[in-house]
Amino acid sequence: MSTEKNTEPAAKDASQLRQKRMIADHFERLSRAKEEGKKVVYTFVPGNLTELIRSLDLLPVLPEINALQSGMRKLSGAYIAEAEKAGHSEDVCTYVKCDIGMMKSGNIGPTGTKLPEPDLLLLSYTGCFTFMKWFELLREEYNCPVVMLHVPYQPDGRITDEMRKYVVDQLEREVIPALERVAGKKLDMNDLARRLELSHRAEDDLVAVWESARNRPSPIDGYFGGVYYIGPIFSAFRGTEDAVAYYSELRAEVDERVRQKLGPTTPDGLAMEEKFRLVVEGPPNWTNFHDFWRMFSREGATVVSSTYTRVGGLYDTGFRHNPEHPLDSLADYCLGCYTNLGLPSRTQLLERYIKDYQADGFLINSVKSCNSFSAGQLLVLRELEKRTGVPGGFIESDLVDPRYFGKANIENRLQSYMQMLDARKGKVAS
Amino acid sequence: MNDQPSTGAAGDPAAELLTRARRLSDDLSFGAVRDWKAGHPGRLAVGYMPIYAPRPLLEAIGCLPVAVFGGGDQLDIIRGDSYFQSYICHIPRSKVELAVSGRLDLFDGMLFPSICDVIRNLGGMWAMLFPDRYGAYLDLPQNFDPELGGRFYAGELRRIAGGLRERGALPLDDDALRDAIVRENTRREVLEELDELRCREPWRVRASEAYLVARAGGVLEADAHTKFIREFLDAAREREARVYDNVRVVIRGSFCEQPPFGLIKTLEAAGCDIVDDDFQLGLRSIEGPIQLEEGQDPLDALARAYVLNGAPTASRYIGELVKGASLIKQVRNANAEGVIFAAASFCDPALLDQPMLEAALDREKIPHTSLKFSENTGQFQVIREQAGAFSDAVKLWGSAA
Amino acid sequence: MRCVVGIDLGSTTTKAVLLDEQGRVLGRGITNSRSNYEVACAVAREEALTAARFTMLERELEKRAALASGKVVAAKDDLSEAFRLELYLDQLAELEDEIARVLRSLTYVGDRSKLQPAVDEVLGGMKSDAPKLFVGAGARKSDFFRDLAGTGFMTGAEKVSADREISFERVVGLFDRAILDVETQLKPRDFSALLKRAAHRLIVDETPDASLLLGAVEAVIDQPIDETSFVGTGYGRQTLPFPKQAVRSEILCHGRGAHRVFPGTRTVLDIGGQDTKAIQVDDQGVVTSFQMNDRCAAGCGRYLGYIADELNLGLHELGPLALSAQRVVKVNSTCTVFAGAELRERLGLGERREDILAGLHRSIMLRAMSLLARSGGIENEFTFTGGVCKNAMATKVLRELVDENYGEQITLNAHPDSIYMGALGAALFGLDDVEAGRPAVLPTFVQAAVEAAPAGGQ
Repeated sequence: MSTEKNTEPAAKDASQLRQKRMIADHFERLSRAKEEGKKVVYTFVPGNLTELIRSLDLLPVLPEINALQSGMRKLSGAYIAEAEKAGHSEDVCTYVKCDIGMMKSGNIGPTGTKLPEPDLLLLSYTGCFTFMKWFELLREEYNCPVVMLHVPYQPDGRITDEMRKYVVDQLEREVIPALERVAGKKLDMNDLARRLELSHRAEDDLVAVWESARNRPSPIDGYFGGVYYIGPIFSAFRGTEDAVAYYSELRAEVDERVRQKLGPTTPDGLAMEEKFRLVVEGPPNWTNFHDFWRMFSREGATVVSSTYTRVGGLYDTGFRHNPEHPLDSLADYCLGCYTNLGLPSRTQLLERYIKDYQADGFLINSVKSCNSFSAGQLLVLRELEKRTGVPGGFIESDLVDPRYFGKANIENRLQSYMQMLDARKGKVAS
Repeated sequence: MNDQPSTGAAGDPAAELLTRARRLSDDLSFGAVRDWKAGHPGRLAVGYMPIYAPRPLLEAIGCLPVAVFGGGDQLDIIRGDSYFQSYICHIPRSKVELAVSGRLDLFDGMLFPSICDVIRNLGGMWAMLFPDRYGAYLDLPQNFDPELGGRFYAGELRRIAGGLRERGALPLDDDALRDAIVRENTRREVLEELDELRCREPWRVRASEAYLVARAGGVLEADAHTKFIREFLDAAREREARVYDNVRVVIRGSFCEQPPFGLIKTLEAAGCDIVDDDFQLGLRSIEGPIQLEEGQDPLDALARAYVLNGAPTASRYIGELVKGASLIKQVRNANAEGVIFAAASFCDPALLDQPMLEAALDREKIPHTSLKFSENTGQFQVIREQAGAFSDAVKLWGSAA
Repeated sequence: MRCVVGIDLGSTTTKAVLLDEQGRVLGRGITNSRSNYEVACAVAREEALTAARFTMLERELEKRAALASGKVVAAKDDLSEAFRLELYLDQLAELEDEIARVLRSLTYVGDRSKLQPAVDEVLGGMKSDAPKLFVGAGARKSDFFRDLAGTGFMTGAEKVSADREISFERVVGLFDRAILDVETQLKPRDFSALLKRAAHRLIVDETPDASLLLGAVEAVIDQPIDETSFVGTGYGRQTLPFPKQAVRSEILCHGRGAHRVFPGTRTVLDIGGQDTKAIQVDDQGVVTSFQMNDRCAAGCGRYLGYIADELNLGLHELGPLALSAQRVVKVNSTCTVFAGAELRERLGLGERREDILAGLHRSIMLRAMSLLARSGGIENEFTFTGGVCKNAMATKVLRELVDENYGEQITLNAHPDSIYMGALGAALFGLDDVEAGRPAVLPTFVQAAVEAAPAGGQ
């Protein structure tokens, strides 16, 4: 996600600097979009078709990222209040309310410039029911065309031919034509293929970065640190040379950390001790992101893997974008996003991560706003404990509504959980 | 507050039918399903979550489709709550409670249509809790091109028919499906008669009564339900009834987790004639009869009916339609004076739709109010007052103010 | 005497437990002081040390049992009461000083001249009535100074404001202002002086028994209590006044404490004032999993508090009333926000209080059962702790639900002193630290107390 680090060690890594520049450039281009006659497409992170969008010279905007940015900048509380005042229910997704509130407050984006209005809403209906309503709402506000891409759900852990065909057919007959209409030109399949090749390369490096966590100590934090790593690949940059360069740099930096047996960087500097290796399920809290991170890092807990970082694409089970079958692989990519997977598959993936990364425990951050993630997590908790034998922790918070982050309560639960792990370790050792 | 027309009392020709309907709706042991299975040995009973299931398909392969609406307000949730956080609606809890307490053991299969993420994930939970039982997600299409979404949906229907075949259902047969569609269309027709009667003469048939009669169909084959509705209509037409001066309202938002029966009665007692609603959406998800041409593939017809004539519900993409247009049409057709949004707490589809629908009503100056419930809400005082105030305001000023 | 100290900072009360090196409970203390954490800890510790002295006294008397008559042994309880009386009188004197200070700061001299004599009369009455409060625990509704003094002051204020024609609110207002400061200031207590005064209060003539008692008292007073480890637990907005390595999660402490009291415990349910915890422990009392309901007070003690207020009853009356229900009214929500409305509606419909209460209790326990199921279910033995465990109806309903869902073979434990389980667990962790040779770091409030203590103090 395009986020900034507030507390930094003296020298920024090259990859971090590159990422900052990429994001700044992107928002700068967005701010000039209207005057330059560039067309803007709003879409979602799960099932984002960045290669397609950029191949047609369109600029993508991701309202989810705007919302999480607002959360990190402590603006979301006020935006949500605006939306609720306008009649939106307290029970619904706070990303949506934050977006509505931001719109009503002038639609100023994370970098302080006004975001351009959409020329098209690409409703990538992947893994989340709320997306449908979100863009229905935005359509009412902007009165612009919407194109629906219904990505069928994978209840049984496999992509059938019918599912793939349905997505490919929609791409061919509805999505691409809609994008072409907005762009005023035809899609060049060769260009698309070229971008997919670049995606493939970046994905290889990203997976290597994820897998570096197998080392002891893990050189990365696969959750808090991980949300920075997924920024380029899940937002406007997959399929670009910039992204390839970023992930290549990142991989090299991580490899170097492994050589030097270094742990990850935390908000308080270099992690000195890897006391607990954890897998985390669920999105992070954005309004208190660094506080939340510190609750882990200060106890010596490193997150070795997470599922949220697969929400915009799952690559470590083998999938890569494939330039030889562009539309098929775009379809498979969408179908494979984490929240589009059935609960049994998600549980299996978590089990795999816990075992592969030799986790001491796993934690579920159950987020009030997100039923897609949250409904069923309590069953997943019990099932994973049974299958892996490691204890599961359970905390509750929200995406961007600051009212739902109870610092004392969360700290209490986390500390109790980690002390429990500690006590268990002592027993196992003795 | 108005007195109620004397229905259901001694001397009411429809009393016995209503009692039967109430029993069928309330029976959490699904006695009617048990009886059906006993009378049709070897045949399968397939449950489904609310909103929509392709009942004719299920009947065509010899199954009894059963709507499982959750535990209502009669079920103590002991274990169901341990599966869900507090900010998730109530119906999955009672569904799980029914399941783990064995009450759903008699079902040979369970369908989970794509209503929302909670029900979607519930399907996955089902697979994990009962790996040996047949459970299937029904991915209703959000693309309404018959060649695209329609074809995908036909594939879904075939997949489910195939899955049930493996469990002992009959093979999918065109003639059987044709017949089932015809029977469904007949039931639909008769249901429309009921809706029309209760809309035109709410003093003769209360919405709460029409509700029971419609809901009873959840455990009956189409034919049996048609017969039941016809009996009720005959009895209702013989009733003595006085006209009362209530406000005519449309209820929106209660399509999945059902409001407790007492809530519907409370609204009526507070001065509202509920002239249209979306309570039993599953039976009215397709607008009008399923069009079936001579020589047309019936599965194709069923699929087309859904994509081309599917009702714009909260769980369905609005596409090219205007948001709120169908609600306004509903209000006009029913000659209603206002809309009450009654959504289950935490219901994403209903609550996310609501602001858009309210805006549409505002543009047409149709008064509205809104409330939330859960299927086991026990006290209606606040709702009574709110509904009463709304009906009074509409009567006096023609607005919600 | 070497001991370890465990302190549990709860939302309403702070508890302290002292264990000797063999892990036996030496003393327990509790305070409901609303002052800052430092002072609350200090007060609780002091109470526990006092209790420890009395335990030591008891052991001392037992040692001299051959020479002691039954009267002397029984006198230990009288001595304890007399000690409490002396402490109370000291605290009243502090209150008196504090009120005088408040009066001096008033701007209108006229006020002061009216109020001071009124206050003097109230306090005078409280002092002379004090002994009646300390003739056995049954004689008073609470052991906490704020509660006892508050009640006494209110009663006295009613009388003097009527007699002297001054505003009741103004008089009571003085108490309200002063009590905060009294609670916040950490006054060093001269334990031995208090104990001696108490002893002399009891002993009115020279008898062999009297000198035996005094001898035991002297022996105990002079015995040093060496606190070799401090562990703190509890959670809240402020940081606990303990160094980080001396803090243990209250869930772990609670689980361990419950297991210590009932060694067969494998599942613990704690329903406190503001949260509910379901804890699974192994055969050594180590927590293996837990779930909390800490985001809303539904189904917790506070909820019962609201209900009690609505019905104009004392909290302790709810259980007995519910037990006399003839049927159970179905209550579906335990939301504290709607507690009042739901209750009124049902009463309005003609339901009996008892029956509604029965329904409410069932709802609360159903929620608890859900939390337990989430944490892994109920395994034998099942220990029920927290304020609500003293509610007989709650325990009855819990028993029924356990029978229905887990079987009648599950042993259900409830202990009236379960409020100390967290501090007990903390102390046990302290004992671990000592046995592992980990150096103890004195928390700041102990350092402060040690520095402030007069000679011969704790």
